[in-house]
Amino acid sequence: MEKLEHPLWIVQLVNALLGPLVRRAGEAMGHHFTGHDVIPPYIVMVMLIVVFVTALCLFVRTRLSVENPGRLQIILEDGIGAVRGLLDEWIGPKGHDFLPLVATLGLFILLGNYMGLIPGLMSPTSSINVTLACAITTWVYYHYQGIRAQGLVGYVKHFWAPPGAPFMLGFLMFPIEIISHTSRLLSLSLRLFGNIFGEELVILVLFSIVPFLVPLPMMFLGLITGLLQAFIFMLLTIIYLQGAVAVEHHQDEHGHDAPHGRQAPAAA
Amino acid sequence: MSKRSAVTFAFMLVAGFASPLYAQGAGGDSALNVEIAKWSIITAGFALGIGAGLAALGQGRAVAAAAEGIARNPGAAGDIRGVLLLGLVLIESLAIYVFVISLILFFLQPFSPTAG
Repeated sequence: MEKLEHPLWIVQLVNALLGPLVRRAGEAMGHHFTGHDVIPPYIVMVMLIVVFVTALCLFVRTRLSVENPGRLQIILEDGIGAVRGLLDEWIGPKGHDFLPLVATLGLFILLGNYMGLIPGLMSPTSSINVTLACAITTWVYYHYQGIRAQGLVGYVKHFWAPPGAPFMLGFLMFPIEIISHTSRLLSLSLRLFGNIFGEELVILVLFSIVPFLVPLPMMFLGLITGLLQAFIFMLLTIIYLQGAVAVEHHQDEHGHDAPHGRQAPAAA
Repeated sequence: MSKRSAVTFAFMLVAGFASPLYAQGAGGDSALNVEIAKWSIITAGFALGIGAGLAALGQGRAVAAAAEGIARNPGAAGDIRGVLLLGLVLIESLAIYVFVISLILFFLQPFSPTAG
């Protein structure tokens, strides 16, 4: 795979500026650096996203206005409204607590997917490190929210047996639930990584065969799948949160019971 | 011949392809590793073909059902579209797992004697 690694000038620049500092800090902690670049390209790209989003938000903040909103403010408000609508639809009013993480994850992955289409940049999400980090964040977050909502004992009882089932069923269901939850971690990271890395690979191969006009359909497909994958990651986060946070109580006097919102399919 | 004997015969045929394996001892002779490396790359191609084909079949059924649902009930088009997208991406992710394994086998070549 050495052919696929070609130096990007932004990565070279950041390594020239910050490389010695990071190298000294790392070696002080006992880490031996192998290879050429001290800062891997995907870290540089992630930092680019962070800087860009921070600058964008700081810029919009100076121009916030209720009566006469600018175009950028309207777009951002629409985006947040859409994510809030999704949360409301799946989790209900309690879902608004999760808006920061879910929206940030969606925005990060969307920007990360689209960066690969810009010449001179690469998608950070085409590296398994970044997608695994996103998946671990989601996984830890929804377990934490589940424990916070239902208490540790209540949450673990979730895994044992559905209410109304015999207690012995739990011995069968517990390992299956553990495996299913672990597979969620794998599936989240591998789905995003496979899609983005595969698309980048195909574009690379097409460029090395016919560099002129032929890669364009694949890059257009990349636009569509980038949006879709970011949306799906966000939607799956919401579904897992709903599964963890939804408190099942028995029917109240009105005759309908929780959880509100749509029922999730058995998403692996 | 009956179906069961056909399956048995097919299995013996496939097992026979690996006959050089039986001639070696257990453990890492380099000829054995070359054989495994060769077969792993061939397997990667076949696995991707089978995986992508079956995933495409599943997705085709999902789209057909969604189109029929929208045709019967155009008012529910938004909901059906949501379910359709979610289902398509979940099916797609199974093909992606096969793709990742194929990538590993093909490019990283973990079984080759000189360690890829």
